[in-house]
Amino acid sequence: MPELNLIEAVNLALRSEMQRDAGVLVLGEDVGRNGGVFRATVGLLDAFGEERVIDTPLAETLIAAMAIGLATQGFKPVAEIQFSGFTYPCIDQIVNHAARYRHRTRSRLSCPMVLRAPNGGGIHAPEHHSESVEATFAHIPGLRVVAPSTPARAYGLLLAAIRDPDPVIFLEPTRLYRLFKQAVEDNGEALPLDTAFVEREGQDLTLVSWGAMMQDARAAADRLAEEGISVELIDVATIKPLDMDTILASVAKTGRCVIVQESPRAGGWASEIAANIAEHGLLNLFAPVLRVSGYDTIMPLARHEALYIPDTERILAEVRKVFEFAPKA
Amino acid sequence: MSHSSPAVERVAQFEVTYTQYLDPEGQPRAPLPDFAQDAEELRRMYRAMVQTRAFDKKAVVLQRTGRMGTYAACLGQEAIGTAIGCALRAEDIFIPAYREYAAQLLRGVRMRDILLNWGGDERGMHYEGCAIRHDFPLSVPIGSHVPQAIGVAYALKLRREPRVVLASCGDGATSKGDVYEAISSAKVWNLPLVFLISNNQWAISLPRGRQTGAQTLAQKAFAGGLPGEQVDGNDVIATRAVLAAAIERARSGGGPSLIEAITYRLHDHTTADDARRYRNEAEVQEAWQRCPVKRLKQHLEARGLLSASDEAALQQEASAFADQAAEEFLATPPASPAAMFDHLYAQLPKQYEWQRQEALARGLKPGH
Ligand SMILES: [Mg+2]
Repeated sequence: MPELNLIEAVNLALRSEMQRDAGVLVLGEDVGRNGGVFRATVGLLDAFGEERVIDTPLAETLIAAMAIGLATQGFKPVAEIQFSGFTYPCIDQIVNHAARYRHRTRSRLSCPMVLRAPNGGGIHAPEHHSESVEATFAHIPGLRVVAPSTPARAYGLLLAAIRDPDPVIFLEPTRLYRLFKQAVEDNGEALPLDTAFVEREGQDLTLVSWGAMMQDARAAADRLAEEGISVELIDVATIKPLDMDTILASVAKTGRCVIVQESPRAGGWASEIAANIAEHGLLNLFAPVLRVSGYDTIMPLARHEALYIPDTERILAEVRKVFEFAPKA
Repeated sequence: MSHSSPAVERVAQFEVTYTQYLDPEGQPRAPLPDFAQDAEELRRMYRAMVQTRAFDKKAVVLQRTGRMGTYAACLGQEAIGTAIGCALRAEDIFIPAYREYAAQLLRGVRMRDILLNWGGDERGMHYEGCAIRHDFPLSVPIGSHVPQAIGVAYALKLRREPRVVLASCGDGATSKGDVYEAISSAKVWNLPLVFLISNNQWAISLPRGRQTGAQTLAQKAFAGGLPGEQVDGNDVIATRAVLAAAIERARSGGGPSLIEAITYRLHDHTTADDARRYRNEAEVQEAWQRCPVKRLKQHLEARGLLSASDEAALQQEASAFADQAAEEFLATPPASPAAMFDHLYAQLPKQYEWQRQEALARGLKPGH
């Protein structure tokens, strides 16, 4: 089984599904000859030709709109936006059309498209290249929002996203693209959407995250294990629709929960998770649910981004507050 | 050292033409195209325009009497919709804005369904049982449907299907980046695509002259490498002829083009608008002289193709159709409250099932 990093796993999933399904098309800026600015689409032009691997003009609204048009005709377009901060010009298309064609026409037309973009900071890039946009899209009815955190999940969830009959916003963790490798089998098997993954079982605290922040959550769980605290680690994976059953079952077991997100705090998806726990799991809690998040400010440029993005220490600090409130018996 | 002028050469040159066959009194200005030699075909086109006008009038009445929501009338623009409906083949794909009812009716959309949509029922754009079900629904946001035509036309080309996409929008939409991105990219892939701009001189309260300083809207095509031309959009013969040429050029691999059809919005923007706040009544009265229905009627009469009794019969039939459509619309019971969830996804995620159930239960309570 090959060891792949996350960007290679994305490439493998695209190649694998394009091989299986002639209706799968890739489009976006520099995705053809250049193989994508992160090389997610490298080799696809040679393998599948320029009709199926489409270098588009430099126009993000057009890319989203073109994907919509292709999807209504039965193709399975996978559009790449080079950074999630450049999905904002697509929002009119995604919110007003992709998410609505099925509803608007009573399923006469539908939009089985994927919009892929690297999401989050930590790569010392210019302004607009480090945004965390998942909550913005997750607010929109009719969409799915997916954020993998490992190469294997990137492969399996991207297959699922392409096969899904409705629009999926697929947000890849930019700073994990080449951070580590993992065995990824090209077996063509999709992972389930709408399902959170219990990555590590534990008894004392439920730690919930997604995307790139999962890596810091893993490190925090390791540190806590050394201190004798058993963490149940959950990768939300599909942001929308949110698998609260898995999170609530874990909280019922542990009684403590900390949620980690990179995006600004107010109106972030951690808030949605915390509200659901308050509504459905209050009596299982020993302590308030705490959030670790980015700040309610503009994502800073490179010199300050490490101060903005939550890290293991910030996660540990919030976890310690939980145990101060409700010490382990 | 001597002064010398830089070498300046002309590297591109553009020209915008304007086509008209019938003058405002219905007199031919040139030999008519083949379809207009055919009396039956001309009468079919006139019938479509008369029916559209009767439908439009009925829809406004339904709104004014509180039986339907906000409606965007097409009064004065019946020729453009009729030309689209006649120039496209059934297998072509029409991506409309929201005033091309004549085209929709000719392509088999039922009047009842158009009323259902404006009357607040999503089933109006399902086109159940209609002959053509691959057209796009009305698009309420301005211009954002136009770049989708790139993807649709790309799909047809990729499948080597001899089909054409026609995307229409108004004069206001040409100010939007979405429309520019579509025009700018269409020629890159030489797509089988026609852009039609219905320039009705007004975007709610903003007149055409304040939308852009461009002399014509047709010239916007040139920036994208497309042919662009104007046509008299109140002359149904000219509009159909110009459209048909563009459509068949696109079908035979000649690529995309753009047509600006010049017309006039005789009604308020919608039933929620009062154009007297911003528009001179004399301008509207003057525009009535160029009414497209009157023009074709006078032409038919002059050729002896429409008698007074023919006209009376057509008007009566059109009113009856509109009345019947209104009755069907009003007699259609609301969908189940679950309908707001039933086409959100191919299969509703279990996460939202409780909301669907709650809506269903609330719908059963008195007062709903
Ligand atoms: Mg207008």
